[in-house]
Amino acid sequence: MLEQVKQSLLEPAGIGDSELDRLIGQLYGPAMDYADLYFQYSRHEAWSLEEGQVKSGSHSIDQGVGARAVMGEKSGFAYSDELQIPALLDAARAARAIAQSGDGKQAAMVWQGVKAPALYSSLDPLASLKDDDKIALLEQVEAEARAQDTRVKEVMANVAASFEQILVVRSDGVLAADIRPLVRLNVTVIVEQNGRREQGHAGGGGRCGYDYFLDSDKALGYAREAVRQALVNLEADEPPAGSMTVVLGPGWPGILLHEAIGHGLEGDFNRKGTSAFSGRMGEKVASDQCTVVDDGTLKDRRGSLTIDDEGTPAQRTVLIENGILTAYMQDNMNARLMNVPPTGNGRRESYAHLPMPRMTNTFMIAGQYDPQEIIASVDKGLYAVNFGGGQVDITSGKFVFSASEAYLIEHGKVTRPVKGATLIGNGPDVLTRVAMVGNDLELDSGVGTCGKEGQSVPVGVGQPTLRIDGLTVGGTQVGD
Amino acid sequence: MTLSTSKNGSAVTETYINDALQADLSTLVESALAQAKSRGASSAEAAAHASRGFSVTVRLGDVETIEHNRDKSLGITVFFGDHSGSASTSDFSPQAVRDTVQAACSIARYTAEDPFGGLADKEQMATRILDLDLHHPWDLTVPQAIEVAQSCEQVARDSDKRIINSEGATLSSHEGIEVYANSHGFLAGQRSSRHSLGCAVVGQDDRGMQRDQWYSVARRAQDLDLAETVGAQAAQRTLRRLDARQLSTRKAPVVFEAPIASSVLGHLGAAIQGSNLYRKASFLVDHQGKQLFAPHVQIHENPHICRGLGSSAYDNEGVTTHPRDLVTDGILQGYLLDSYSARKLGLQSTGNAGGVHNMIIKPGEDNLSGLLAAMGTGLLITELIGFGVNILTGDYSRGAAGFWVENGEIQHPVDEITVAGKLQDMFQGIIKVGQDVDIRKNIRTGSLLIDNLTIAGS
Repeated sequence: MLEQVKQSLLEPAGIGDSELDRLIGQLYGPAMDYADLYFQYSRHEAWSLEEGQVKSGSHSIDQGVGARAVMGEKSGFAYSDELQIPALLDAARAARAIAQSGDGKQAAMVWQGVKAPALYSSLDPLASLKDDDKIALLEQVEAEARAQDTRVKEVMANVAASFEQILVVRSDGVLAADIRPLVRLNVTVIVEQNGRREQGHAGGGGRCGYDYFLDSDKALGYAREAVRQALVNLEADEPPAGSMTVVLGPGWPGILLHEAIGHGLEGDFNRKGTSAFSGRMGEKVASDQCTVVDDGTLKDRRGSLTIDDEGTPAQRTVLIENGILTAYMQDNMNARLMNVPPTGNGRRESYAHLPMPRMTNTFMIAGQYDPQEIIASVDKGLYAVNFGGGQVDITSGKFVFSASEAYLIEHGKVTRPVKGATLIGNGPDVLTRVAMVGNDLELDSGVGTCGKEGQSVPVGVGQPTLRIDGLTVGGTQVGD
Repeated sequence: MTLSTSKNGSAVTETYINDALQADLSTLVESALAQAKSRGASSAEAAAHASRGFSVTVRLGDVETIEHNRDKSLGITVFFGDHSGSASTSDFSPQAVRDTVQAACSIARYTAEDPFGGLADKEQMATRILDLDLHHPWDLTVPQAIEVAQSCEQVARDSDKRIINSEGATLSSHEGIEVYANSHGFLAGQRSSRHSLGCAVVGQDDRGMQRDQWYSVARRAQDLDLAETVGAQAAQRTLRRLDARQLSTRKAPVVFEAPIASSVLGHLGAAIQGSNLYRKASFLVDHQGKQLFAPHVQIHENPHICRGLGSSAYDNEGVTTHPRDLVTDGILQGYLLDSYSARKLGLQSTGNAGGVHNMIIKPGEDNLSGLLAAMGTGLLITELIGFGVNILTGDYSRGAAGFWVENGEIQHPVDEITVAGKLQDMFQGIIKVGQDVDIRKNIRTGSLLIDNLTIAGS
């Protein structure tokens, strides 16, 4: 793969090994700890359907190189979207100014590759289906949604793919390449009954071609799921307000883990001491039943990476083991400053952004309880099975995530649907209240995008059914 | 076409955004349009953008990052009769431009006929491009920027011993240009600059850590707040959050503090945006002419504020922008439409392709303490987190932090609560608008006193 990526990224620009030596020589100096160049080429397309027709499509190409010089806690960074030696030398000079050193001499590097098993295909997903067939796929999704129920009034569907090639060139001589496909399909439907309108969303994807959506009816399944959710919401009552027992369904509700503990366990915040989890390594932060991992090595998953954006092979990191905090997620710089190994979590949105510790696929390992048993154990509470987005304040630990499909639990049974509401809790505290962990671990369908300091990256989440004793539900109905 | 030039001396010669660059970008978009035409497109539009700048972050007194930014892009949309396609590239080489035009044309072969598409109407194109004074490059060097950020953070860190840590202070300075052309013969460029200084610090007491931040942003460097002011605000806002606790669940009146009150009007903007209206995905479908707010509420759009952060002489389709009333005496006067949604609704574009340009709610007589006095007992909200806003139904439920207020006086900070209601009721329930207008955003509002929301807590 390294040769293939070098050929497509470097050769057209006339960059061979000796030019890489020259660029690294320009960027890296004796006072520095580390420097790297990040070459990236990406293509993206999107097709969208509304009112029964695919009315718009778009295509974009972006390419460039990011140059970074690191000294202690300092980073100098510049980039160029021109893959030409003079522009790259300029970027390297600008980045190295941080160290106020470096002599710009030619380096004599011994380049070495990185061994990491490929976790996904290197095919170009944009070319994995004919354009006609992408349109036909969206039309079938629309037809499937409308066929579910006459109350379906609007169907919006879109399908998108991106194809990225990256090459990391490091001052320690490591050369690492990756080819990353990514596809995604989303459906939103609006239903109407007696003047009331509600919506439902579903979708999925992964690091593969469009054929993923054709396998076992997946795309049509999203259409049916979106309609089902929208129809449930037509019957939903006002949601309750206050602290109560909450049962979270399996899969995407794992956004809980992403917000409540995931961000708080990223190395940068902990190195700086600004996370509510700072200095708590080895302490109990969750109930005994909770084991949480970040795993970038799952085949074809949206959050997976063969190597991270610093050339470190992805790995499975156990963050919390039987309730005990065992690891933070690290990129190279924070790992070095905290004197621990990198964990393959160094990620960046593009060549124009600095890398930092980010999650990959974050989930809780299955426990022992049957999901039905968990619901039956609750006298009064909320059962939340689908969510929109979430957010966290790393320092105070307060986090939110917003339910889009939820039900009341009364006397051990799921009864009426209630409208979506935001749930709020305290990250370092919420997992200590996990009373039951289900045996039904599921990962999400491949829809997550995480934002941090203005940078977006694709991620995955997952969990089994969980019972949490005491989470604040932000509804409108003040109870008895 | 009018161009603004820098008024601060030496920057004029240094600036990257100059006549030569504008001429190059104009040639580029015209070439893209010509290529589209020669490929048989009946009409087309193209936009090219270029920007440059840098930002420095100082943390605990030392430089943390220096980032140099340099971006460009070209986007084109082509129409073959009622079929359209779009493509973009960051590579301006002749080959890449050819490929991009070809990609757009190729997409148009597959998209369905859409009689509502096409360029905006020719009669609506801006003919006189106002100079809104948006471009003021700052001849600031990286070492000078570091010094400013250092003094900002230092003030914050020195202000109280409970400030125990810092996320740093960041100064950034950027300038850019956007050239837009379409086959009506419209061609214009808008140059702009944006400078900002922000600081975030961490405080600690027995109950744990809290962080908060403050920032200043302006088109012109001299309009930025002093570094010391930004640092002091960041510290003061962090300190006042210490010792926060939950409230019990209740209903109460609330005041949205000005810096976050703009989000409430942002939801109005989303609900009257054309794409949500023609899809009937908004709770405000068919609400033009209806009473959305109490009669004292006046909301205006002014795209022509000199140096305004949302100012623009024309929109993303070349349609001329006009100052206008969105809400008069509480009654909704109009929507935010681009040409496509306007045609779908049988209306005319309102010059809002790309969004609203400076939405302003008329300030009232009271400052924040006046609003708290009028509220008596209730919640002052100073931070909102999460999403939880449904524009289709108006359902509203977000995470919040702020202060419990009794008899108009702040009692204690609160966090780990949510506030919930319906946007319809929240709009109707705006009792007072503060005079403490926050001008750092495209939506300008003072603090808002709203009669009643559900607060969920312990």
